[in-house]
Amino acid sequence: MSKVIESSILRKVSMALSGIFLIIFLLQHFIINISSVFSEATFNQLSHFMGTNFIVQFIAQPILILGVLFHFIMGFVLNFQNRNARVEKYVKYKGSANASWISRNMIITGAVVLSFLGLHFYDFWIPEINHKYIEFLPEDPNRYYTELTHKFEDLIKVILYTISFGFLSLHLLHGFSSSFQSLGVNNKFTSTIKLIGKIYAIGIPFGFCFIAIFHYLNN
Amino acid sequence: MKLTLKVWRQKNSKEKGKIESYDIDKISPDMSFLEMMDVLNEKLTIEGLDPVAFDHDCREGICGSCSMFINGEAHGPDRLVTTCQLHMRKFNDGETIYIEPFRAKTFPVIKDLVVDRSSFDRIQHAGGFISVNTSGNTQDANSIPIEKQKADNAFDAATCIGCGACVATCKNSSAMLFVSAKVSQYALLPQGKIEATDRVLNMVKQMDDEGFGNCTNTGACEVECPKGISLENIARLNREFIKAKIKS
Repeated sequence: MSKVIESSILRKVSMALSGIFLIIFLLQHFIINISSVFSEATFNQLSHFMGTNFIVQFIAQPILILGVLFHFIMGFVLNFQNRNARVEKYVKYKGSANASWISRNMIITGAVVLSFLGLHFYDFWIPEINHKYIEFLPEDPNRYYTELTHKFEDLIKVILYTISFGFLSLHLLHGFSSSFQSLGVNNKFTSTIKLIGKIYAIGIPFGFCFIAIFHYLNN
Repeated sequence: MKLTLKVWRQKNSKEKGKIESYDIDKISPDMSFLEMMDVLNEKLTIEGLDPVAFDHDCREGICGSCSMFINGEAHGPDRLVTTCQLHMRKFNDGETIYIEPFRAKTFPVIKDLVVDRSSFDRIQHAGGFISVNTSGNTQDANSIPIEKQKADNAFDAATCIGCGACVATCKNSSAMLFVSAKVSQYALLPQGKIEATDRVLNMVKQMDDEGFGNCTNTGACEVECPKGISLENIARLNREFIKAKIKS
């Protein structure tokens, strides 16, 4: 993949663009999920629309999957290249003296988020694809809320989701503002972008945790 | 001051190096780090041992020759200074100090603490200049009015001494801060705009061909840079590169 995108700056820009795309998707995902806390009917309505709309299913969804795959594969490729750029390691290296743990360990937080996505796909996406496109079961517009709450009956799963969202938060704390820097945005708006980034990086994962815990306690 | 020095010793680029320990005393807190290294070398010479090879020239923070990774940081624990400007008062009596060369695949060790930074020269050759017609009709640069803020930013970028601390400290060994400073100092001025497209494309290509790592915006380079080159320059490099790619 790094051969396809030859320049290091283009690789950086492509990581930033795919990251921003995923940030926008995550916001949309959150808005739909949080509706489940307030109204069963609204959640079912929104989920039914997302689950049956042609554009969402056959255009947006494949683009999203490609975006996720690109971001993760490119992340690992870049990490491999970066490791090779220093063959002999330092005997003493004080990384914390000049950069945050989060910014130095995006690959770790990213890998945890990737593992979580595996679990999330196993929980929601695979049964959904199975329901609609493999077993061709009849569509029930009111099934979504029950399916969601059923998934959060297991405490272990709620804990796993909460830990994963913690790592997602760490990933976003650096990733959000870093994406804009990669796109060349470093000006009078940078402090505002950093503030929005912090609010987003803490608020959205916290919101997802809240949804999981809310349904667990409600059950 | 009494110190224990753990110094990287390596005969040449082919042989493997290792850390060797030296005890040293009677070090004045007012000495510069390089003066302390001179004292160590005198001691080693008297003892009939091979002195530690290290780069140095101006010893006043201008040339960018001195390149030591001290106690896990490029140019040591002080900020906005090169190794030659670092003083021994920044260390404690009895302390153990680790001294290593700047490490990157693109900075191979020549001997001990001396590394080959000619990859920076090759990047500079690829476009870090302006082509001036010397026929005698060239307009005096001082007669071209330039916005104060732009002139200041260009000057700030031009203070980069190419010491390589950005590469040494970056966990990815990225040279993006160096290249961005060299691109910025011309991109902001009217004289540099004419060749801006070729300059940024060629310099970035050379940087990639040399094998430097990718920038992940950790910001370590900005913190360790002895001249305080800002990350704003990397953002400008990205903008210049995207613009140039679209144009070309």
